[in-house]
Amino acid sequence: MPSFIDRRLNPGSKSLSNRQRFLKRARAELKRSIDRQIRTGKIADVDGEHVVPIPLDGTGEPSFRHTPDEGRRQGVLPGNREFVPGDRIPKPPGGGGQGGRGGNASDSGESEDDFNFVLTREEVLDLFFEDLELPDMVKLYLKENAAKKPRRAGFSTAGSPANINVGRTMRGSLGRRIALRRPRLSEIEALENEIAALEAMAKPSPANLALQEDLRTRCEALKRRRKLVSFVDPIDVRYNRFEQTPVPNASAVMFCLMDVSGSMGEREKDLAKRFFMLLHLFLKRRYHRTEIVFIRHTHEAKEVDENTFFYSTESGGTVVSTALDEMLRIIKARYPANEWNIYAAQASDGDNMPNDCARCIALLQERVMQLCQYYAYVEIIDARESSIFANTDNGTALWQAYRMVADTWTNFQMARVARPADIYTVFRSLFARRAAIRAGA
Amino acid sequence: MSHLFEGPDWTFDKIAAAYDAMAPVALDDLRLDIYPNQIEVISSEQMLDAYSSVGMPLMYQHWSFGKHFLREEYRYRKGRRGLAYELVINSNPCITYLMEENTMALQALVIAHAAFGHNHFFKNNYLFRQWTDASAILGYLEFAKRFIAQCEERHGPAAVERVLDSAHALMEQGIFRYRRPPRPSQEALRRRERARREHEERSFRELDRTVPRPRKTAQENEPVPEWPAQAEIKLPEENLLYFLEKNSPVLEEWQREILRIVRVIAQYFYPQRQTKVMNEGCATFVHYHMMNALFDRGLVPEGAMLEILQNHTNVVLQPAFDDPRSQGINPYALGFEMMQDIKRICEKPTNEDRDWFPALAGSGDWRAALLDAWANYRDESFILQFLSPSLIRKLRLFVLSDDADETQYEVASIHNERGYENIRTVLAASYDIAARPDIQAVDADMMGDRQLRLNHMVHEGRLLDEETRDLVLTHIRRLWGYDVSLADIDAETGETLDEWEADPG
Repeated sequence: MPSFIDRRLNPGSKSLSNRQRFLKRARAELKRSIDRQIRTGKIADVDGEHVVPIPLDGTGEPSFRHTPDEGRRQGVLPGNREFVPGDRIPKPPGGGGQGGRGGNASDSGESEDDFNFVLTREEVLDLFFEDLELPDMVKLYLKENAAKKPRRAGFSTAGSPANINVGRTMRGSLGRRIALRRPRLSEIEALENEIAALEAMAKPSPANLALQEDLRTRCEALKRRRKLVSFVDPIDVRYNRFEQTPVPNASAVMFCLMDVSGSMGEREKDLAKRFFMLLHLFLKRRYHRTEIVFIRHTHEAKEVDENTFFYSTESGGTVVSTALDEMLRIIKARYPANEWNIYAAQASDGDNMPNDCARCIALLQERVMQLCQYYAYVEIIDARESSIFANTDNGTALWQAYRMVADTWTNFQMARVARPADIYTVFRSLFARRAAIRAGA
Repeated sequence: MSHLFEGPDWTFDKIAAAYDAMAPVALDDLRLDIYPNQIEVISSEQMLDAYSSVGMPLMYQHWSFGKHFLREEYRYRKGRRGLAYELVINSNPCITYLMEENTMALQALVIAHAAFGHNHFFKNNYLFRQWTDASAILGYLEFAKRFIAQCEERHGPAAVERVLDSAHALMEQGIFRYRRPPRPSQEALRRRERARREHEERSFRELDRTVPRPRKTAQENEPVPEWPAQAEIKLPEENLLYFLEKNSPVLEEWQREILRIVRVIAQYFYPQRQTKVMNEGCATFVHYHMMNALFDRGLVPEGAMLEILQNHTNVVLQPAFDDPRSQGINPYALGFEMMQDIKRICEKPTNEDRDWFPALAGSGDWRAALLDAWANYRDESFILQFLSPSLIRKLRLFVLSDDADETQYEVASIHNERGYENIRTVLAASYDIAARPDIQAVDADMMGDRQLRLNHMVHEGRLLDEETRDLVLTHIRRLWGYDVSLADIDAETGETLDEWEADPG
């Protein structure tokens, strides 16, 4: 009779660790592959699973094998229809590679065919945001109502029965029993057997009777002692102790500021959207809770929902400072700076009312930058202009103005974007680790 | 008599009932001799897990298994490949995994195939009896897994990975093809490991570590007494892993142990690789016979039988060479057809069969003939002995010659009177595992520069693939610690064709 075992309930993911080892090993190449996909694909794709080809570098498993390009071999194939001995069949083009099939059946090594595999969202983002970091200033202010989480913290002598630690308890019990010399059951039984043997004697001599009496007293004493020294005493009992530790409630808010005046067309908006999406994903990885506020502006600014932000057009002039005003108002109303990590990203084509730039600088320098963890300004330029603006010194009115802010605040970063392919590089350069920036400078 | 089961759903009770009905067919009718069975039901994910760790229920951890897992998983998800319905492990008790998705009919088929067919083959084939120890393998794997995990803790995962990478590259060369090495028992292994560790712990003194030491060069670093003396090195040696494990001047004890683990596992799979056709043929023949026997007794409903037959035909499908599905010779098909053929020759021989198989033809007792074949042959000798002209005609086999210098293949033999012998010989040779690259360690100058020399015997001008050759040589060099060279030697003339140095990497 066979034994039947239902293994389906066994914990799964036995290969998880092997999978991670493999990803670690293939990291560099996977990263290149993902970068390429993201650069060419849609931005929304970042936030999902990715199919990537299995990299070959560093993950090959070489072994000695024969090359199909040399030597003579014979092989047997099934299904002959019209061949007779001596027939010659042209080899398929592309060298003898496929010809190996006609060759030695046991010679076919493992072929590295083009297989792909699926990376989970987490793995993609890990690779994607590797060596990026949020500029130093992660605030971890605890909110009043910070959540608490039990954490193991040793053992205690009091607790609820559900938390009894049996191992510890029995250790204490054993030690105490040894120290207090609790008689074993076998000792008592040995005495009782002796007594029984003596009692069974037909005619006990007086000496025997005395001995019997003596044994009885000893036996009684042992039994009494056994009762006094209990097997498990309340002082042995240990409980697992849990401590309530507050969980840092780190939350971030991200302000997306965009110019939606007539000069911002579909293309510009799309580029801006890509940038905002990346930033959002990035923040989501770092904080438990991320909120996004969309502020669009023409000559006046308004907080809108995401759809309106990206897809509805509005006409009007361009006054950037209105957006900053709106942002400050919202921060004051909803996101006190001591509780929230505030990030802002602004996308614009660089247009601004000439007399507004000074006001923008003042607002940023005196108020906004003191509240923000980080402020990224992305200027979207025409692909044709990208060569003109290769130098950071010249640029639009807004660019010139923001340069002054960037000089004073290290957490103010600005960059120009002309093509979708630039977004990722710009994003990386904005958030690259500090050390990397210094090395690059 | 009522059916054993109805409908597609299975339960453990139904499976047990089916097993009980099958056992007499297997044991009394076919006279199979099997290890006790242990039948385990697993999910598809667990099947993928098992796939990627070379089919074993427990295995040490290595990234290459993760790679295989990803590949299998992707193919499975894309529907490009179905999973095997079953997986069977050569152990005592013999473990058979059934997939939970299988229908009851499939479960019955799989039990007949694996729990009886493969099981009998594992227990009785001479290669398995000679080379593997079914009762020890699970214990050994457990030891291996624990040992490697401990090494990772002690020496860091990266160091362990390097050794494993190099050892895996030499797995093909880590096999004794002709002799069986003396192998200590599991207990002895564990004792040795314990003694080793106790020694380390006794001789470890925290204070010593704070004493500054002169920087060691690679050469001073080696424990002097561990060098094998020149006289102790036995050459030539075809098992390179064994050679390196015993003789490498630079490996530490735990690294040698890892080489041993990889070598033992490679050796364990050696019989399976030599008996693919026979093993699958045996299992397929057994399930076909058993399911038909049960059906004839009215135990299997017709619907289930149709499902079983459909699966059976898929398994033994042999597409022609120019069919897009073709992957060469299907071992299931070849093995099954040959065994059916043996049965036919025993029962209804033709005159041709009497010429070719005088001892077998008309003997009537095909059960004994098959039991004998299963026990005493491997793929190469089995084909050489039993591939009949009628089967060659049925499969329309032909021999193709491939000379790399020519632009055309040549048809050497076809299924006619003159071709039978050659087809048989070539097909048998293609299953000869010795046709793999033949590489031996021939010289290690322990007194001088300690260069290790390897020879590759070149048969029929078949050279090694350059890229993988260089990579593997680098791995060997890493394990040997000193220069390594490989010479291509023509097997017929004995002249050296070329010589390659290992890149230090």
